[in-house]
Amino acid sequence: MTISGWAQILIFCAIVVALVPPLGWYMTRVFSGERTPLTPVLRPVEIAFYRLAGVDETREQDWLTYTIGMLLFHVAGFLLLYGLLRLQNLLPFNPQEMAAMPPDLSFNTAASFLTNTNWQNYGGESTVSYLIQMAGLTVHNFVSAAAGIAIAIALIRGFARASARTVGNFWVDLVRCTLYVLLPICVIITLFLVWQGMPQTLGPYVEATTLEGAKQTIAVGPVASQVAIKMLGTNGGGFFNANAAHPFENPTALSNLVQMVAIFALGAALTNVFGRMVGDQRQGWAILAAMGVLFLVGVGVTYWAEAAGTHTLNALGLTGGNMEGKETRFGIALSALFAVITTAASCGAVNAMHDSFTALGGMIPMVNMQLGEIIVGGVGAGLYGMLMFVVIAVFVAGLMVGRTPEYVGKKIEAREVKMAMLAILCLPLMMLGWTAVAVVYPPAVASMGNAGPHGFSEVLYAYSSQTANNGSAFAGLTGNTPFYNLTGGIAMLVGRFFVIIPALAIAGSLAAKKIVPASAGTFPTDGGLFVGLLVGVIVIVGGLTFFPALALGPVVEQAAMSAGDLF
Amino acid sequence: MLRELRPALVMTVTLTVLTGLAYPLAMTGLAGVLFPSQAAGSLVVVDGNVVGSSLIGQSFTGERYFHGRLSATTAADPADATKTVPAPYNASNSMGSNLGPTSKALADRLGDDFAALRKENPAARVPVDLVTTSGSGLDPEISPDAALFQVPRIAQARGLPEDQVRRLVEAQVEPPQLGLIGEPRVNVLALNLALDRAGARAAAR
Repeated sequence: MTISGWAQILIFCAIVVALVPPLGWYMTRVFSGERTPLTPVLRPVEIAFYRLAGVDETREQDWLTYTIGMLLFHVAGFLLLYGLLRLQNLLPFNPQEMAAMPPDLSFNTAASFLTNTNWQNYGGESTVSYLIQMAGLTVHNFVSAAAGIAIAIALIRGFARASARTVGNFWVDLVRCTLYVLLPICVIITLFLVWQGMPQTLGPYVEATTLEGAKQTIAVGPVASQVAIKMLGTNGGGFFNANAAHPFENPTALSNLVQMVAIFALGAALTNVFGRMVGDQRQGWAILAAMGVLFLVGVGVTYWAEAAGTHTLNALGLTGGNMEGKETRFGIALSALFAVITTAASCGAVNAMHDSFTALGGMIPMVNMQLGEIIVGGVGAGLYGMLMFVVIAVFVAGLMVGRTPEYVGKKIEAREVKMAMLAILCLPLMMLGWTAVAVVYPPAVASMGNAGPHGFSEVLYAYSSQTANNGSAFAGLTGNTPFYNLTGGIAMLVGRFFVIIPALAIAGSLAAKKIVPASAGTFPTDGGLFVGLLVGVIVIVGGLTFFPALALGPVVEQAAMSAGDLF
Repeated sequence: MLRELRPALVMTVTLTVLTGLAYPLAMTGLAGVLFPSQAAGSLVVVDGNVVGSSLIGQSFTGERYFHGRLSATTAADPADATKTVPAPYNASNSMGSNLGPTSKALADRLGDDFAALRKENPAARVPVDLVTTSGSGLDPEISPDAALFQVPRIAQARGLPEDQVRRLVEAQVEPPQLGLIGEPRVNVLALNLALDRAGARAAAR
């Protein structure tokens, strides 16, 4: 570890924290329907969207109608994307003449982009056309992010409102998020990334003759416009197979910094939106503090583990850390930092190959996902996931003192706790259940790219990533098989919608409740004690659930590595 | 429920047109005007021929050029399309080795490459980035140490004084951006082009 490495990590944290208040202010205005600096330009477009769709923006929905609208929108989006993938050979903007995607891979890919996961069992530059990248995948990068944020806003309204029947209007939240929040920021990020060297062209791949006289076909495309929303919307699906490690998808350390900030910006700011909407910004900062504690511990462990290198490297006297699978321009510090950010948020972009990380360095990203990606988390998804843990944490605190728990003025009762537990339990069911099936099914075992405990880690990582809607991979696993395409697709859909629906149910039941004024017996949820309790609940729930599986993978591999065992 | 069906269908189409066509096409137009070279892929043209991209590494294997990182990219086997064969720096199929920390295959590869480099330059420490594959297989850069390590071989193969080659390397070292962000590095293609130019000047003299 170096001072410059830690300095870069602290610069990143400072930028993210500095962006929280202004972005929180802006988003609060957007979702409250107030005037923003962009209103004069965007309001006519917004009205046109409502007219075409027959939406009355003044009519709010109860939680069930909100949920039904959200689900119908996803069904339509799934069918359109599946159709585009199956028919891409017949459609325009296909200069490399890519063939149609097979049914099982199309199912996995459509489920993946629909759910903000962006798990990829295909290589972008060798499989999909420019039209698919733009009108298929970029679209879902936008709308899955907007839907996630909309649901978080609906849940916040549940906490903020008193005796209310409605939680907002899904169509209005969706359109406002896309128009006022995502698009304008993406325009700026796109231009910055192109300036740093990212391609943005519809031309065919370039044929070059290298200095040694060989032919090199260089894949290009409309990369920057997709990468901007890939990061800002915590999607993470690469334009190219190597994702953000590809020099065209992340040309410089500055483009890397901007991408890392984009991953965290909206998720972190949503904690502030929460604080503003419930009328006490300290409540938002307390949640962000709990996230920050877990984040910095993860960064520290991963950076240390990667800088320490592997037994094989050290035995040869090769110093400088574990550079296998890492890029020169990022080095150890920025690769470790990126890995923790991308899995703390539900992004899943990678600027180094996680499969080649040390056992401990690779375990932190896995744990981040298994906790449900609540450390900042996916845009929207991180906040509603974290609020589920908050519900559990105040419930535990209430049990200890024998009082009905309250949070920001709302009584937390059996229905909320049951819904939160349902969401929290669905994740390990998919992650551990499918892993257990895969490791006893010979064709699935044959997909492992590494032998020994690392092969098990590849499978555990795959289902953790897909269920948590992350999308990063231990990419040595050959995922493009009917088994992995199908089971992974199911894991992604369950991991998304079996958290969203309970979250909206909680929103509905909370909105209907009265606000209870704080009394002497109220447990304060804006201080260090609450932050500690929340972190404790997250670590205990996650630890008890996943430690046995982790012991079979990264834990035993770290021990084997230290002893110099190879597989 | 039916009341929500129309917005679901219409929004799917209108948002696709906005974010999937209007936005990327507008960005393509704007980027092409503001940053035409970057938007097209930062291509390097020598005497009217595209010799590569300054951002994409290329395979150098000869004695006379600086070598880049190891690359794990593959291509379809010409003899059997269902199989793949190693094809370093295949810029239309980026990938890493994905070999884990306890991989025997990785340990064997590291040992062989380490021994070969040790033989090439026994005086210097072997830099870790010369024996490890990059994440993309297309890393255009190496560390300054990795470039300096190769100076004796280049000097001998080209018949140039070591000092001159070393000065060429030092001139190509790029510091971290803004003095702080990222790592110091050397672009291998740019360095080799500078090397060719230096050789041409020497020949002209």
